[in-house]
Amino acid sequence: MTAARETVLGRIRDALVLAPTQDTTVRRAYRTGRSLPDDERLALFTDRLVDYKAQVHTCTADRTAQVVAEVLRERGAQRIGVPAGLDAAWLGAYDGEVQQDSADIAAPRLDALDGVVTASAVGCAETGTIFLDGSPDQGRRALSLVPDLHVCVVDLSTVEAGVPEAVARLVPERPTTLISGPSATSDIELERVEGVHGPRTLAVVIRTDV
Amino acid sequence: MSSTFLGMPATPPRSPYGTGNLRGDRTFPEAAHDELRNEQLRRNLGRATHTIRAKRLNVTGELPDWEELRDAGSALKTDTMNRLPELLEQLERKVTERGGTVHWARDGVEANEIVTRLVKATGSSEVIKVKSMATQEIGLNEHLESVGITPCETDLAELIVQLAHDKPSHILVPAIHRNRDEIRQIFLKEIPGIDPGLDNVPAHLAAAARAYLRDKFMTTKVAISGANFGIAETGTLCVVESEGNGRMCLTLPDTLITVMGIEKVLPRYQDLEVFLQLLPRSSTGERMNPYTSMWTGVTPDDGPQDFHLVLLDNGRTAALADRIGREALNCIRCSACLNVCPVYERAGGHAYGSTYPGPIGAVLTPQLAGMHAAKDDPNSSLPYASSLCGACFDACPVKIDIPSLLVELRHQHTEESGTTVEKLAMKAAAGVMKRPKLYTAAQKGAAIGRVMAGRDGKISHLPPPFDGWSDSRDIAAPPKQTFRSWLASAEGAATMRAAANEHEKNQKNQKKEEEK
Repeated sequence: MTAARETVLGRIRDALVLAPTQDTTVRRAYRTGRSLPDDERLALFTDRLVDYKAQVHTCTADRTAQVVAEVLRERGAQRIGVPAGLDAAWLGAYDGEVQQDSADIAAPRLDALDGVVTASAVGCAETGTIFLDGSPDQGRRALSLVPDLHVCVVDLSTVEAGVPEAVARLVPERPTTLISGPSATSDIELERVEGVHGPRTLAVVIRTDV
Repeated sequence: MSSTFLGMPATPPRSPYGTGNLRGDRTFPEAAHDELRNEQLRRNLGRATHTIRAKRLNVTGELPDWEELRDAGSALKTDTMNRLPELLEQLERKVTERGGTVHWARDGVEANEIVTRLVKATGSSEVIKVKSMATQEIGLNEHLESVGITPCETDLAELIVQLAHDKPSHILVPAIHRNRDEIRQIFLKEIPGIDPGLDNVPAHLAAAARAYLRDKFMTTKVAISGANFGIAETGTLCVVESEGNGRMCLTLPDTLITVMGIEKVLPRYQDLEVFLQLLPRSSTGERMNPYTSMWTGVTPDDGPQDFHLVLLDNGRTAALADRIGREALNCIRCSACLNVCPVYERAGGHAYGSTYPGPIGAVLTPQLAGMHAAKDDPNSSLPYASSLCGACFDACPVKIDIPSLLVELRHQHTEESGTTVEKLAMKAAAGVMKRPKLYTAAQKGAAIGRVMAGRDGKISHLPPPFDGWSDSRDIAAPPKQTFRSWLASAEGAATMRAAANEHEKNQKNQKKEEEK
């Protein structure tokens, strides 16, 4: 094993001697550090989410529980999973069964759930992307993946204008999932079809005053 | 330690001949000739590539800083290649610190052995796979099957290819050569217990794949993936996908084995801000792909608790040793160059005989696996599988100058192939052109060409050694008369005299104008 390591590294060094390198400077002349007013970010984020067939609901923080309950009821979700660190008040108006997640719950048991409710870490308006980072209110990756409905609560203050601004807010070592709309494929005649292995429905609840 | 800093540096080896999927069994023109007869294939490809082209132009056009992003992407990859040893060592250190295990593979054979050993250690006889070019390149599936391990492709297109016992024909959409009716037929024939009433609606076909793979995701203990990016600074690996099969494989099994080419490393986490814009927009023509997963080693209570990273050379260092050719290593496998290529659009991916088809494949494949002229290697035909129109260069998100790389490979191939009949003929032509009398005689001989050409005035088959030229193009028949014999004739002399008079008259008029 170490022999292979030394050989490969040796080959790379040899290659860089045989064909000398050209000096290069990385210029980041693309747009960074952008900020947009709340209403513009909300409009852009919403437009992009809808374009990728996500359902978008907008509310103020005090109405979180009602909106979450309405979305779950609309989709007929009777049993849902939630990460252990989710604000319990968000489910105050939901009358179905709630399974609090823990690491020992096997994937088939997640498959038996009708949906999952999580928070989110960061958003990106320009691409309609939501970033989950495994924080206690978002849970482990399997939880937001296996159930067929994902209700994701996004606070507008965490939504950045573009990709550089959003990436800058991430903690690299955390297991991070970027979600842009529901699962999709373009594998048949390059025609986009929503809904393959991930949740077939993504409902985003944007809280405008948080 | 190796002998790196002692004595002369050695040229690194290509991917070993006869291993993996980097070489077809016949030349590009031979393979393309057959593919071109398949009208269904051409219709499928034409439709698909035109759809994706329009989408790509829409989403790249809406970014005012697209060119600046391309410049940054290109510079980042060049910087990466310049510092490859230190970056790989840093990546290895970071992954190890976070609980992962790093393996190094000199070639595909070694990588296959490492993966097999790791799978066997788990006791599992089945693995689920995320679509990966690197494992396709080294023929991992074929190897696993030969030792009794069943690999299950989970990407929809890879599944279609696997079920049809077919080969991928596109980097991004490996089943692009199949249309919905063919896919329906494959599913009906190959998926056990499938609803016989399945129709050809893409959404229904996708749903059938979901149902088929669901159980595999829930029960298989080992997954194998590739990687789009590996961040040296943090040890973070990144997989970009659409369907969620990637998330399933990267999250649910106990053991994850990732096979990554050494050129996929990036210096900083921040660099993702460039590539997460370049890749999806160039690849599927989306502002962002539905899912991207990033993980760093092992996270307690979340995802696989046993993580292995296999760093693969397999000819990459040989490409790196080529001052011009190394640019091909900057490729981020978006497939934009395939979708805009007039040759790919007609010939299809199978004609290239390699895991990497299209314009980038025509440069990358010979770089990784070489062109063995003496063995009449199909790979030596790849640099000629292009009209050098340059559409690929314009589409490339990291600005790889593919046409220049193709020309350089053609040059290398000609240099290496030694004395050929064609070369001798060229030499003879040079000798003739130096002697005017001989040249005139030779031109008269060319009139024979008019006999070879039919009524349409085209020659479609030249005699050897020039048949290579006419294999892929028609030649116009030589004119009745050469220019030199026309000039010497009465008609020629009269025309030249008239032209001279005209010129004189014009000059006189001009002078008069100036005097006024």
